[in-house]
Amino acid sequence: MSEYAEPLESTHSDEHVEHPGYGTFIKVWVALVILTFCLVSLSHVSQSYAVWGLLTLTPLKAGLVFYYFMHLKYEGPLFKIVILVTLGTLLIFFALLFSDVAFH
Amino acid sequence: MSGHVHRDDFGSRLGMWLFLVTEMVLFGGLFIAYSYMRYKYPADFHHGGAELNATLGVTNTLVLLTSSLTVVLAIVAVQRAEKQRAIAFLSTTLVLGVTFLVIKGFEWGAKFHHGLYPNAPHLATMPPGEQVFFGLYFTMTGLHGVHVIAGLSLLGVMLWWVVTDRIRQGRYIHLENSGLYWHLVDVIWIFLLPLFYLAA
Repeated sequence: MSEYAEPLESTHSDEHVEHPGYGTFIKVWVALVILTFCLVSLSHVSQSYAVWGLLTLTPLKAGLVFYYFMHLKYEGPLFKIVILVTLGTLLIFFALLFSDVAFH
Repeated sequence: MSGHVHRDDFGSRLGMWLFLVTEMVLFGGLFIAYSYMRYKYPADFHHGGAELNATLGVTNTLVLLTSSLTVVLAIVAVQRAEKQRAIAFLSTTLVLGVTFLVIKGFEWGAKFHHGLYPNAPHLATMPPGEQVFFGLYFTMTGLHGVHVIAGLSLLGVMLWWVVTDRIRQGRYIHLENSGLYWHLVDVIWIFLLPLFYLAA
């Protein structure tokens, strides 16, 4: 079977037809770099600022990578649901652990 | 042999994402362990973080963020049939990935030199919280490093496939999936930076 039998292929490669250009991703990268420097600056201010930076800026950076670089913005609801269920599961484990810790 | 090849890029991406969520749970478990241990030994984690080189941590973050950008730009280039650009972007990613590992190697080397490595006699004399801190540091950055090596190997194959036209306009799902893996490796490092290097 030829790998290159393109004319006969039934292809689903273009469900996400709208392809973003170079500019979109470069802007996201600039935002990620700025957020990294904000995070580093906050960690120099005080311990509580550092923790708040960790809890807000880090998920924001991860969200930008997921949404743009990993093309979630251009995917249907199924992928988003899979990821939200995963994050929800982790959050439940986290809550269970700390509720246990709280009663010790 | 009908010569008819069925392709389902959506299914392929879904499969990759399902694998990636297992990776998220793997690292998520370690992040939960970290948060409990940090809650239990706040001062020791502070001291442990002070021993790490934040400049190297931030530099590696910038290296990895940029390598993520060049992967996604390589996909845009393939979509536009700009082969030379795609090759240039992917090669940049590989160089940056290797740079990350070299910096990591120097950093671990310096730690080893100071008697900080798993099961080291010097480590055993430190407070329990710092032992846990360095245990988690070596486990999590080590596991991440293994992922970087795996990602680089994958992207090396992708580069070869772009060169040989196996990946081209309208047929780049393998590059997209390898890119997804590389971005997840980047996301994990985004969390490792503040947890370890900025903990002091």
